[in-house]
Amino acid sequence: MGWIGETVDSIKSIQIRQVLSQAVSLGMIVTSALIIWKALMCITGSESPVVVVLSGSMEPGFKRGDILFLHMSKDPIRTGEIVVFNVDGREIPIVHRVIKVHERQDTGEVDVLTKGDNNYGDDRLLYAHGQLWLQRHHIMGRAVGFLPYVGWVTIIMTEKPLIKYVLIGALGLLVITSKD
Amino acid sequence: MHSFGYRANSLLTFAVTILAVMCAMASFSDNLNTPSPSSQVEVLSINWFQRQPNGNDEVSMTLNISANLQSMFTWNTKQVFVFLAAEYATPKNSLNQVSLWDGIIPSKEHAKFWIHTTNKYRFTDQGSNLRGKEFNLTLHWHVMPKTGKMFADKIVMTGFRLPEEYR
Repeated sequence: MGWIGETVDSIKSIQIRQVLSQAVSLGMIVTSALIIWKALMCITGSESPVVVVLSGSMEPGFKRGDILFLHMSKDPIRTGEIVVFNVDGREIPIVHRVIKVHERQDTGEVDVLTKGDNNYGDDRLLYAHGQLWLQRHHIMGRAVGFLPYVGWVTIIMTEKPLIKYVLIGALGLLVITSKD
Repeated sequence: MHSFGYRANSLLTFAVTILAVMCAMASFSDNLNTPSPSSQVEVLSINWFQRQPNGNDEVSMTLNISANLQSMFTWNTKQVFVFLAAEYATPKNSLNQVSLWDGIIPSKEHAKFWIHTTNKYRFTDQGSNLRGKEFNLTLHWHVMPKTGKMFADKIVMTGFRLPEEYR
């Protein structure tokens, strides 16, 4: 009876070791992605170094599904720059162009008005109730470069969460069933 | 080692890497272009110049804007966004920039243009400082590529002045 106990023990230990090593390698993949993301945040100085264009308000320049690379420097904000900003109370950032700047003599603070290239009116309708201008602390970054179409993956995963679960499930299955 | 999954994976990785390198090279080729733009703006008339009920000055004017931005276009250019901003200083604000007009140039043929227009966006001040104010009209442009880095620059035209009295 001893060797049955031994065999059962050895089978259990192999399985546990395999499962643990696969969990660790999955964890390594996730953490290295996180490290790259945080490093990008440091390098570009922006909370969100890459954003996906979600609406058609900047067409024909930026279409839905394009991704924008952001950079935030201490340089003053000037008209013509394409900025990404968050309105208080809304979580989705907006990517529009600055059309008016008023910079204070004494403090150097700015009042900024933005507008989407493809919109008829300026963004005052999008700002919080009673807010007429944006300040520097609303702005997350300036768009400095862009890649077309790459952002569709994110849009599809956000709008049809089923695909996100299917993808993660398939990825998990692949990691577990792989021989190494 | 030679399973379908392994081959598909390495093929996909290679394809994405090559695509990324091509996009970077396309963007880099934009640096080799040396643009030589020119522009001219004339203020034809001041239509009206009033102080609004909220205390801010506002002026409406008719402009003639002509520019040649053809040298800006490369094979990697999707469009050039051009706008005219009035820039001036006031006692409270060291810099005010107000965009008066903007347009999108979709191709090289449209990059040499002449337009006659009233200001598309309202020229309002924060306060009542515009009487007799000297201001610059700056033509800014923003080159938006098919992929890669965006370039922006401007031409400053000085010597404009608003009337001393409301009208």
